Amino acid sequence: MSRQLAIIVTLVAGVLMVVSGFIKPTQGWGEDAAEWFNILAAMAFVLGAANLAKVHLSKISSRDAGWGFSAVTLLAFAVTLAVGLFKVGVNPMPAFPDVPMSGGKDAEGSAFWWVYTYVLSSITATMFSLLAFYVASAAFRAFRAKNTEATLLLVAAFIVLLGRTFAGVVLTGWIPADSDWAFLRFENLSTTIFEVFASAGNRAIIIGIALGVAATSLKIILGIDRSYMGSGD
Amino acid sequence: MVSMIDSVLVSLTLAAQDAAGAGADGATAPAAAAESFFVSGRGALFGWLVVISVFVLVSIMKARAGKVFKVRPIAGLSAVDEAVGRATEMGRPVLFIPGIQDMDNVQTIAGLTILSRVGKTTADYDAHIEVPVSRSLVMTAGREALSASYLAAGRPDSFNEDQVYYVTDEQFGYTAYVSGLMVRKKPAACFYMGQFFAESLILAETGNSIGAIQIAGTAETSQLPFFVAACDYTLIGEEFFAASAYLSGEPDQMGSLRGQDLSKALVGAVLVLGVVVMTVGALAGGLVDLGSVSRFFQSLVGG
Repeated sequence: MSRQLAIIVTLVAGVLMVVSGFIKPTQGWGEDAAEWFNILAAMAFVLGAANLAKVHLSKISSRDAGWGFSAVTLLAFAVTLAVGLFKVGVNPMPAFPDVPMSGGKDAEGSAFWWVYTYVLSSITATMFSLLAFYVASAAFRAFRAKNTEATLLLVAAFIVLLGRTFAGVVLTGWIPADSDWAFLRFENLSTTIFEVFASAGNRAIIIGIALGVAATSLKIILGIDRSYMGSGD
Repeated sequence: MVSMIDSVLVSLTLAAQDAAGAGADGATAPAAAAESFFVSGRGALFGWLVVISVFVLVSIMKARAGKVFKVRPIAGLSAVDEAVGRATEMGRPVLFIPGIQDMDNVQTIAGLTILSRVGKTTADYDAHIEVPVSRSLVMTAGREALSASYLAAGRPDSFNEDQVYYVTDEQFGYTAYVSGLMVRKKPAACFYMGQFFAESLILAETGNSIGAIQIAGTAETSQLPFFVAACDYTLIGEEFFAASAYLSGEPDQMGSLRGQDLSKALVGAVLVLGVVVMTVGALAGGLVDLGSVSRFFQSLVGG
């Protein structure tokens, strides 16, 4: 019964979203459906928090590999939750100077703001910066000329790399910009690779994706594919 | 631009003057403004939606009637059994990441659909699968999907709901957790199926460094090159959405795949026709009004 209800809700919400894209009086309905999803997601966040505590407490109690990280995770979670909920270090709003903690929880100077700015932002930036090293190692592997396709990829990447740096301009700068051979300058070759070859391939992929999204959505809305909710077979 | 309020009678007065200063003016008859029922400019999109839906539904009906459709082999999906089998032999877990978006994203749903198929294979092989997720709703949906897979494989007792668990909504917090998990537990097979952003390469390169078989699938075109570079197999765009049909082989799913292919053939035909007409028009040199032809094809593709 609960599964049938889920299918009905999916059908109604899906049809609403499609119809609201084409019929003006129903445009607000689609937005309402999206709002309902946000409310559901917010409620489900409690489930997530409970699961987080359960998983990490279990790791700590059984001394699993990396249990120390679990302890740090739970401590960070508890501290952030506490300073946010109890508005630690929040100053009064200028309009209500006599009301303690009347400012926003994330107002500058509050404990929550401090945690976000000096802990979360720094850690996030650190993780993101790792990407530079991973790009280098992946590129090294991908550009090894072991067959014709890989060689073509290597040559194209080399041209684009040169075309986007000053080195490319210097190397082919002797070709007059207004001559018939100007297309051989690295910066022009790089633009051609992007705008013609890469763009054409990208559009072909996007058309396939659009059709895949339409067919998948139709299967889900009509309840033909229910495996994502555990009733596919 | 003139803005009008519904139901209020208005009339427009127009005045024109030539270079010599002679002018003429006139007023329209009073009329009430009314909001149009349909959203303007989306007629072509609606037409395509109807055509694709008809193709898909008719193909599904044909498949139900017993027609068998041939599907070309997709290397990444054929390798699912091999990857799970390897994990079983090595006694290591299988890691499945259904993207980092919520259940309102079609790629996440497609990812969970593949999870249910991969989960059935892991249940058949009695391998351990771990699914850390970055959204609470994905956790609950993932548990349902995996539980049904174990049930379908005849091993409901082997399913533990803690196999699917929530980590964090924070993109790089999630990435850090999964990377650490990979390094510590060294899964033998990693699946990345869903929508990914900058974390795609961090995850795939970490998986590569531990020697795992990696199969990725996404419709996020900007992340495809990273997966292609770092993974053993990548489902590119439409292959990702076809995965469910390919792995299940169910008539309904195969029918939808056929409908998708017919739609693609139609789109291809319109594109070729447009290119031919525009080329012939350009070669004819002014015999054809290229502007109107171009506008016609642009309206046909919703541009």
